[in-house]
Amino acid sequence: MFELENAKTTQGLRRIAIDPVSRVEGHGKVTLLLDEQNKIHQARLHIVEFRGFEIFIKGRPYWEVPVTVQRLCGICPVSHQLAACKAMDAIIGAKQLTPTAEKLRRLMHYGQLVQSNAVHFYHLASPDLLLGFDCEPTQRNIIGVAMKYPDIAKQGILIRKYGQEVIRHTAGKRIHGTGAIPGGVNKALTAAERDELKKDLPQLIEWAQGGVELVERYFEANPAFFNSFGLFESSMMGMVREDGALDIYHGDLRVKDAKGEPIIDRFNYETYTQVLREEVKPWSYMKFPYIEKLGPEKGWYKVGPLARLQTCDFIPSPLAEAARQKMLAIGNDQPVHSTLSYNWARIIEVLHGLEVIQDLLDDPDVLGKDLTVKGERQEEGIGVIEAPRGVLIHHYKVNEDDQVTMCNLIVSTTHNNQAMNTAIRSVAMQFLDGRVISEGLLNHIECAIRAYDPCLSCATHALGKMPLQVELDDAEGQCLSLLRRDSSGRVHMSDIHDD
Amino acid sequence: MNSENTFIIDGTPIPFEPDQTVLQAALKAGVFIPHLCFYPGLKPNGNCKLCTVVINGRHTSACTTLARSGIEVENNTPALHDKRRLLLQMLFVEGNHFCPGCEKSGNCQLQALAYDLEMMTPHFNHFFQNRKVDVSHPEAFLDMNRCVACGLCVQASSEIDKKNVFALSGRGIASHVVINTPSGKLGDSDFALSDKAASVCPVGAILPKRRGFAVPIGQRLYDDLPISSQTEFLTTREA
Repeated sequence: MFELENAKTTQGLRRIAIDPVSRVEGHGKVTLLLDEQNKIHQARLHIVEFRGFEIFIKGRPYWEVPVTVQRLCGICPVSHQLAACKAMDAIIGAKQLTPTAEKLRRLMHYGQLVQSNAVHFYHLASPDLLLGFDCEPTQRNIIGVAMKYPDIAKQGILIRKYGQEVIRHTAGKRIHGTGAIPGGVNKALTAAERDELKKDLPQLIEWAQGGVELVERYFEANPAFFNSFGLFESSMMGMVREDGALDIYHGDLRVKDAKGEPIIDRFNYETYTQVLREEVKPWSYMKFPYIEKLGPEKGWYKVGPLARLQTCDFIPSPLAEAARQKMLAIGNDQPVHSTLSYNWARIIEVLHGLEVIQDLLDDPDVLGKDLTVKGERQEEGIGVIEAPRGVLIHHYKVNEDDQVTMCNLIVSTTHNNQAMNTAIRSVAMQFLDGRVISEGLLNHIECAIRAYDPCLSCATHALGKMPLQVELDDAEGQCLSLLRRDSSGRVHMSDIHDD
Repeated sequence: MNSENTFIIDGTPIPFEPDQTVLQAALKAGVFIPHLCFYPGLKPNGNCKLCTVVINGRHTSACTTLARSGIEVENNTPALHDKRRLLLQMLFVEGNHFCPGCEKSGNCQLQALAYDLEMMTPHFNHFFQNRKVDVSHPEAFLDMNRCVACGLCVQASSEIDKKNVFALSGRGIASHVVINTPSGKLGDSDFALSDKAASVCPVGAILPKRRGFAVPIGQRLYDDLPISSQTEFLTTREA
């Protein structure tokens, strides 16, 4: 049991809900239970969305799956499409894609990294960083940033637009394209499209460098605050290629402990079922994954930009690697764990994504016409990719009639479930405990969640024996009775008001 | 133009040949009349009613009405488009049409008509019917969730392929396509991908297996031009 996950008693406690959590993808809420002295007794991030992809994809033909499952998300559909395609590559026996297909998929994916990270950094996180956590909420948004810092807002919008253009030229559409198919891609890149994408790159790289410098200045100006905000130590998981470099398209998974020592130096992601387990808790639709050999209490970890920039040995692009070294320096030879460092890592990745795109566009293979391969049909496929928010696992079984019979998705935000809950508990104790609660203080909680750039829509895909709670309240909002279905499917009736 | 061999659609003279229907003559002349269940070379069946026009004040199907000299046809009117939109909305809610995950997207006549007639919402409650998916055939995939019971596969199999693989069963809202085998499975029939019945489906109900999304966005049938601008294609495709 984690501290502040469950209050010893709910009697006499006051409940504050942040509902919905704003400037995140999807819908979630935070509940806090406080006593008369405003001491925090319980803090939880609840995911209140309900999806059903793992079930309704059953029975569908495998070639349809990558396009259907990308509808999990409107921000990172490319990641879902590519993870599913990698799994389906295995199903159709496409062990090695053509160089053109793999490079076009990479181009698509790095375009996705750039646009998604840019949306988060500039549109969602920058209002807190630039305008202040306590700024008037009507101004604490991208419009407020555009009014006060028009150049930064414009750069953010144009960097995102560029990422989307990369996706459009490789997937056919900016959002929910069909470019990646089992065994390769369906669309070649023309020389005109490549030249169009090359045109603006130097300017965009310069702007991304400006974004990195912006965060560096903020951390240098107030290190005590930025380094301690929502601070907690945890293990980290990320994808690395053979030489230990960061790779967000393909590689092994590495897990490091809070001190940066390897727990698992590398494992083939196809063995993830032997390494990871998922725990279900009755108060959230989102599962809690953990490293099986360490158990749920010690085996949880974080994923995403801050994790992968510290699980890899280096970033294979010079400007981003230099920026990474600067970020790592604040840790004094220890891993960086401060929650707001996620924003720093995220903008470094934007720079990295643009550098990789530049290299790919200079590679003649991207103009090739050899787009697909296939081989001996298999019954099971696992595809793993580093989505902008972290490790994304797609796992399918397909019968001889080509229908999906099993689907398991472990989405980036799900990996970060315990980390996000720990972050809000840390912030709650740091800033809210014993104080009169204000909107600005509550936004501190949201900032901690926001740093993970959670996609709550992606993360709630399960259907079945889902924990469920129904409250009957009187006109004053007092709970009269409570019906609760636990993770085993058992239903309990209670008249005690909980959270 | 010989007025004896012309009729009027929305004020425009349309030439016709003997035995041509109003729909055939209109399409030949480049005038689009929305339709789903008409296919050149197959006998018009009047199933979908989307080609309903007003001829000399009476509503009738353009696909089953022979062109005659001097008739006046109302086609491109807001009142008729309202009714056609209504028919489309009923088709969408009756079946399970999820365009985002359907490989027929961009090549689908139902979807193209919905775009062309500016159907913004399904309007009615979805039926969410539990329909069958038939994967028994080694080459073809049958997804009845998307079937609009236009009858084209029934006709093509019977009139062109001479196989009678498909049939319409039931009446009214219960009418649906069945397979003429004791098991009811496509895999137990002599259906082949080279059959005409395999290529006339206007929606994604009959599809070749393992092709999926091989055609990229931008190169699909209705990506560049709306269906109403593709009358030449609609008349020249052969059954």
